[in-house]
Order: sequence, then structure tokens, then C-alpha cells
Amino acid sequence: MAEVEVATAASPTGKVRQIGDTILEVEDITLSFGGLVAVNDVSFNVREHEIFSIIGPNGAGKSSMLNVINGVYHPQKGQITFNGKTRKHMKAHHSAAEGIARTFQNIALFKGMTVLDNVMTGRNKMMKSNFLTQALYWGKGRNEEITHRRKVEDVIDFLQIQAIRKTPVGRLPYGLQKRVELARALAAEPKLLLLDEPMAGMNVEEKEDMCRFVLDINDEFGTTIILIEHDMGVVMDLSDRVVVLNYGVKIADGTPYDVCNNQAVIDAYLGVTE
Amino acid sequence: MSGILDTFPKILLDNASRLANSPAIREKDYGIWQSWTWSEAAVEIRKFACGLAAKGFKRGDTLAIAGDNRPKLYWAMTAAQCIGGIPVPMYQDAIAEEFAHVIENADASFAVVEDQEQIDKLLEIKDRCQVLTEMIYEDPRGMMHYYQPFIHSYEAIQELGEKFDQENPGFFMEEVNKSNGSDTAILLYTSGTTGTSKGVVHTFDNVIITARNGVEREGLTSTDEALAYLPMGWVGDNLFSYAQAYVAGYCVNCPESGETVINDMREIGPTYYFAPPPVYENILTQVKIRMEDASWISQKIFDYFMDVAKKVGTDILDKQPVSFLDRFLYKMGDLFLYGPLKNVLGLSRIRLAYTAGEAIGPDLFLFFRSLGINIKQLYGQTESMVFVCIQPNGEVYPDTVGTPAKDVEVKITEEGEVLYRSPGVFHSYYKEPEKTKEAKTEDGWVYTGDAGYFLENGHLKIIDRVKDVGKMNDDTMFPPKYIENKLKFFPYIKEAVAFGHQRDYVTAFVCIDMQAVGNWAERRNMAYSGYTNLAAQKPVAKLILECIEKVNQDLSEDPQLSNTQIKRFLLLHKELDADDGELTRTRKVRRNFIDEKYPALINALYDGSEKIKVEAQVKFEDGRVDTIEADLKILEAKRIKQLEN
Repeated sequence: MAEVEVATAASPTGKVRQIGDTILEVEDITLSFGGLVAVNDVSFNVREHEIFSIIGPNGAGKSSMLNVINGVYHPQKGQITFNGKTRKHMKAHHSAAEGIARTFQNIALFKGMTVLDNVMTGRNKMMKSNFLTQALYWGKGRNEEITHRRKVEDVIDFLQIQAIRKTPVGRLPYGLQKRVELARALAAEPKLLLLDEPMAGMNVEEKEDMCRFVLDINDEFGTTIILIEHDMGVVMDLSDRVVVLNYGVKIADGTPYDVCNNQAVIDAYLGVTE
Repeated sequence: MSGILDTFPKILLDNASRLANSPAIREKDYGIWQSWTWSEAAVEIRKFACGLAAKGFKRGDTLAIAGDNRPKLYWAMTAAQCIGGIPVPMYQDAIAEEFAHVIENADASFAVVEDQEQIDKLLEIKDRCQVLTEMIYEDPRGMMHYYQPFIHSYEAIQELGEKFDQENPGFFMEEVNKSNGSDTAILLYTSGTTGTSKGVVHTFDNVIITARNGVEREGLTSTDEALAYLPMGWVGDNLFSYAQAYVAGYCVNCPESGETVINDMREIGPTYYFAPPPVYENILTQVKIRMEDASWISQKIFDYFMDVAKKVGTDILDKQPVSFLDRFLYKMGDLFLYGPLKNVLGLSRIRLAYTAGEAIGPDLFLFFRSLGINIKQLYGQTESMVFVCIQPNGEVYPDTVGTPAKDVEVKITEEGEVLYRSPGVFHSYYKEPEKTKEAKTEDGWVYTGDAGYFLENGHLKIIDRVKDVGKMNDDTMFPPKYIENKLKFFPYIKEAVAFGHQRDYVTAFVCIDMQAVGNWAERRNMAYSGYTNLAAQKPVAKLILECIEKVNQDLSEDPQLSNTQIKRFLLLHKELDADDGELTRTRKVRRNFIDEKYPALINALYDGSEKIKVEAQVKFEDGRVDTIEADLKILEAKRIKQLEN
């Protein structure tokens, strides 16, 4: 009998879901703040079910790029096609409605609220009943709360945070707060998940856990993931493809292997002597 | 259906009609308690049993089970028993190697496990364990990568079962009725602290009669609630969360995960509870820590009412006469402190709590009893299906394990070893007739390996393992662990080693508890530079001396042990450490090693010298080696004269 094959980070072929067609097309994006060009004429595409990383030295424009994708920043030039819809300007809540969720580089949770309530906010945009029925926990509002709670519990179970369900977020250690933030993003059942340095500031064990979760999310839900990360080991292990930015300019893209052997990338990271 | 309820499947079907709508089992899942009534559980079990049969599981086959406490795993146990199979629950945190031993030894052809983690372990040993042909998992998470034809989901087996049941409508009841009380119910593996683990075979009669006796003695009913959180492979869980639940019809609650037990316990509020001493200790520590952070006024209220509880709480629990004023104060305490405290701990509804496994400190024991929690010690083994002795209500003494349970006979050999005979005595060790003979006599007496004796009030007192009990020169029995435990109950003493075998009097090494004594010293503004320095200070010696004299006082009250009072002792210059080989990894003292390592110190305890110089090598965790030099003072403790009878 064949040995069991567990999909490991190093073998993307172990994936259950095959990588599909392009889901996100970024074309000629230029974003500048006054005279400062943060992103300069960058194009790339992300395919369905893929884990796609954006890397680059500090100030390369990675977070700006994410902010463009989910509509926080509006680029001066270029267009983005997500899920077949092309658009130039978009508000953040539109992107959320389209199925894009994200986590932040600096944790952005409601510190005084419990983990459960924080994760519930991830489903806010799907709640249709009016304020009164929600407040009274009655009729449609009640039914809706029950369905959404069920989904949220799935996520809580998935990320193994049952034990802290009722704990106020402010009392949790940093690593767990990051996980709660991921839970909130997942609760929105996104098609595309943007993770902005999910492993920053974590110890080795927490990083390993987070890697496992990223892979599991990709596997179980088929979520397409765009990842910004500084830990090259993590990037090389997790990613199907990588794009490298430097001073707002794309200098390479391709498989992790191609990218780390690319001379331009090595120069950007290590510097070149004239 | 035959009239006698002598197997679990028969009891299940009876409960399913008698208690059709009472909850049989609950599991916290998705943040809510999901429950199944007895009739619903019976349906689930029937489906799974037929599914097993459809997959080729036959009468006499064994079914390995591994995972956290889950309803589906308990159902798998009954399902196997329904069709004449034998469940073998395993310790879920055992490594693959240990699984292999059990599966091979038990010839388990099927395994039902909780999740991916357990399936991975089984796959690791699959090649070695050719007997194992089918694997079933309960939790589908992460299982989508597994395409092997021999791995099935629990639901798939149940679906097969439903079909099989429709095609063979008479099969299930026929199989259930084929079994009777003398058939094997379960195979439980001993933890294997002494050599490789052995499979203990229990018949339905062994388990059910023992469970019934326990239920009768404590008056358990179908309205009780228990929490299933201890490993399923352990005999106690099988009795408290399975056998007794079936017999009494009470509901078993499975927590969401190991980390949520405390929260889940509070939500359920069990009425019947078991925990080994460390769990109780943990609860008490939590309470103490949280009280230290509490406001001044809360602390005052806590201290005042805890004193009231200490004074009269146990008497009230044991229904002894207590003055009206004290009764009133205790009532007030209940209102302000004991009630809310028990609520926070999830102990509000406890009617009966057991502890066993190792000695429990008297302070710890009395803390819970004084709050009105009826916690009692019991004594038992895997081989006896737990119950040998239980403390009767109203006769609870911290250092005995109570009187023999119903239908249990206990006797003591000349060497002091405890023997028992009971309906719960195991059938045999699986495939080990030799070892069975060693442990069990022809007429059913079982050797426990424990040394003990009966007190005048008929209570059994267990003191040590027989092989560790020594003899002093005047023929007094010398149980080192019993004395060491008494010392270790003091928070200031971390470890102790008692000597006395073939000696005229008893002596001891004592290791202070760095944290407790350190705190104590800081409160007295004593300066110290480290463990060795702290242990060498005079006030510390005096503190420990007081502890030792209290132990001597205690020992003097027992005529059999009065002579084992500690005469001389010293405070070791270093902590006993597993890294230095002085303790086992489970923190048990390695006596032979200590005898070899410290002959000079032991001599000094007996040759009358007042101090001794030591130079010791210490291995640090990073591998560095250093030497410590110290002068150890040898101290004399007062011994209390034995009371003349």
C-alpha cells in the first residue's frame, strides 16, 4: 500500500485543489503620494487557489500594493481585474463585498471585545436584518445570528481558539491576537485573503503554527492567498509564486526557486557595489 | 430481549426505552453543548455496530480506540460490544511505538480514532502491525489527503451500517443477545510503569457488578452529571464515564478540548467528579494566586470565612454537632464566599468527588471538604476495576483510603502486602497466563504490590510499595515514601529522602522548595545568594525543623510507625534533579542511586557528627559542569515518646 502523502509546504503538488485560472489581474499600477512614487507600473496576476507572495526590502511598496488591491488606496494609473470585474476606483467595502479579506501588519482588533465578538464582526457585511431585530435578538435578526454564529464557530474550531472564545482580545498574547485577526478575515469566507506580515514578531513555534494554518486554509477552503512576509524561509516554503518589488518597481516574478536565483533580486537584497 | 441486564448493549437498550428522553451524553462542539438522549445514542450505536459488521468485524475481534473523550468513541466501544467484539481503549497521547505494542498484543484488526494525528500514528506502524486492516476517524479535519481504501470516516461506516441493518434486520438483536455476563467486555492496558504494559481482561460481570455496587453505595441516579476528561485508556474513565453512566443512566459530558476543561466544567457543573490529587492542587493554587491579586477587603473576607470553614466546615459536612453561632457564620460564609467560589470553580453542584492515584496532602484535602465538597479517597487498580476501598460518608480521614467496598474482601499478608478478592477482579492478563498466575491466586486473591495495614477503625492505610518497605534493626516496618510524602505536604519542602532500612533510627535528606522558602525569606528581609546559601541559613533550618517535628508528632500517633520518627536530618546543598540522575523523569526518588552518590552524607547522619563538608559537581542544562562546596549542618529533631496503650 502506498505511503501516506501529506501535503507539505515543499510539495505544492500535494494540493487537493488544482491551481486554476487567473483570479486577480493587476495591470500597470502606479501609485504616488505627492512626488513619492510608491508603486511604479507594476503588473502581475494571481491564479485561483494559489499562495502568492509579495516580497521586497523595506519601503518597496508591498503594503501599498495590498492597499491598492483592497481599495484603500486609489492608484493614479492602471487597473485591477478581480473575478472577471475590471475597475479603476473602488472603496474598501466594495472589495469586501467582492470577497477580499485581509489582516493588518499592526493588529487592528477591538481590544475590549471578546474573541467571539471580534470574529463575528468579520461577518458583519453579510448580515441583512435591521438593527432593531438584532438588538432584540428576535425574528429574522435571531435566525441570522444563529447561522452566522455557526460559521464563526467553524472558524474558531479550524484555528483552534476555542479556549479563548470568551476572552477579551486585549488580554491575549501577541501571537494569539494575530490568529484572532486571521479568524476574523476567514469568517468573511473570502475568495482572496490578503495577509500583511502574519508572522512578524512571532517566535519559531508560533510561526510554524501560522504556516500550518495558512496552508490548511488554502487546502480546506481553496482560498487564494496573497502574502507579504519578510521571513524568506516561510516565503520559499509556502508560496506557489512570488513577485519581488524594489523601490516600487517589480524586479522579478516566478516560482520561489526562480526568484531566489535571480541576480536582480540578490542585488536588491544584498546591495551592489559600483 | 433476555431479561437479565448483564452486558452493556443490553443495558443500553433498556436505558433507551426506560430513559428514552434523558440525556446520555453531551459534547461541546461549535461552542454549544450538543446532547444525545439514550434513545438517540442507541440509534447511533446500532448504525456503527452494523457498519463494523458490514466491514467484516466479527465476534471476538478487538477494536482499538484512541482519542480525546468523544461521544463517538464511547459509542464505538458499545458498538463493538453489541456484536461480540472487544474494545481496547488506548492512551491518546501515547507514541506510535506504544500503539504498536497494544495493537499487536491485542490483535486489533480495526481501529477507531479521533483525528488526523492518531491516523498518522497508525499509518506509521501499519507495516509492523499486519493485523490492523481498517482505520476509522471521527474528525474529518485534514483528512482529505488520505486516499487509502482502508481509511474510513465514522459517518461512512454508519451509512454502511444502516444499509446492512436493512438487509439483515434480525442481525443486531441476535448478536446482542448472544453475549452474556461471562464474556469479555473490555481489554484495558496497564500504564506499564513496571515493564511493558499488560492487557487486563475484564468480563461484563467484573465491570457491571463493580459499577452497580459503586452506584448503590453512593446513591448515584440518572440525574447525575459527570465530566469525561481523563484518558479513555485509563480504567477510571471506563468506570466513571462509561460503566457507571450506563448502570445509573446519568449523563456524561465531553469537553470541547483539553484546554477548555475548566470553562466547560463550570458550564456543566458536574455532580459526580473524579480527579487525581494534582488537579485539586492546581485548583487550590489558582485560588490562592487570584486571591493575592484581589482587593484588601476581599482578602479579609476570604481569610475570615476560610478560618470559619476550617473550624467547622468538615464537621458540618460529616453531620457532626456544631454550635448555633458557628452554623450561622458558616451559612454567611456560604453566601459570601464558599458559594461564589465553588461556582467559579464549577464545583457548585458536586455531590460526590473522588480522588485516588497518590497520596493527597491533608491541607489540600481539608480545604475542599471544608467548603462543603464531599471529596473522598478511594483505592483501586486496573486489575480490580477500580474499587477496592472507599471512604464512607462521614468517616473521611486524610491518611486512609477507607473501608473495603461492597463485596470486596481485603487481607494483609505477613510481609504487609495488601490482597483483595472482589467481583471486579480481572479475568486474566491477555495472552499471559504466567503473569496472571503470579498476580492472582487460584481462589481469586490478587496481590497489589502495595504495603498497608488496617487501623483500629477498620480503615485501610496504604503506606508504600512492598518492595520499597524496609525493616529497621528493631524490626519496625520502615516505609520511606510514606514518610517522604508527609514531609512533602509542607509547601517549604520540595523533595525528601528518608533512610532507616537496617538502621537504629530514621534520618532524612531534605530539599527546600526554592520558591516557597525564597518568598518566606524575602518577607523576613533575609538576604541570600542562591539555593545553597538559602538552605544553609539558620532560620531556614529552624523552619524545616518545625515541619519535621510536626511529622514526628503525626507519626507518633500511629503505634505501628511511631518508631520511624525522624531523628537526624540535613538540608541538601542542591535540589534533587532528574538531570543529575537523582530522580526519575516522573520525579520519583531513585534510592539506589542516592545511596551510591552520597555515602559520606548518609554516614554523617548516623555517626553523630555535627557537620559535614560536601563538594559536589553540578551539571547545568547547557552541559557545563561546576563544583559547589558547602558545610552541611546535621540537625536533630525532637522525637515524641510513643503513647503507652
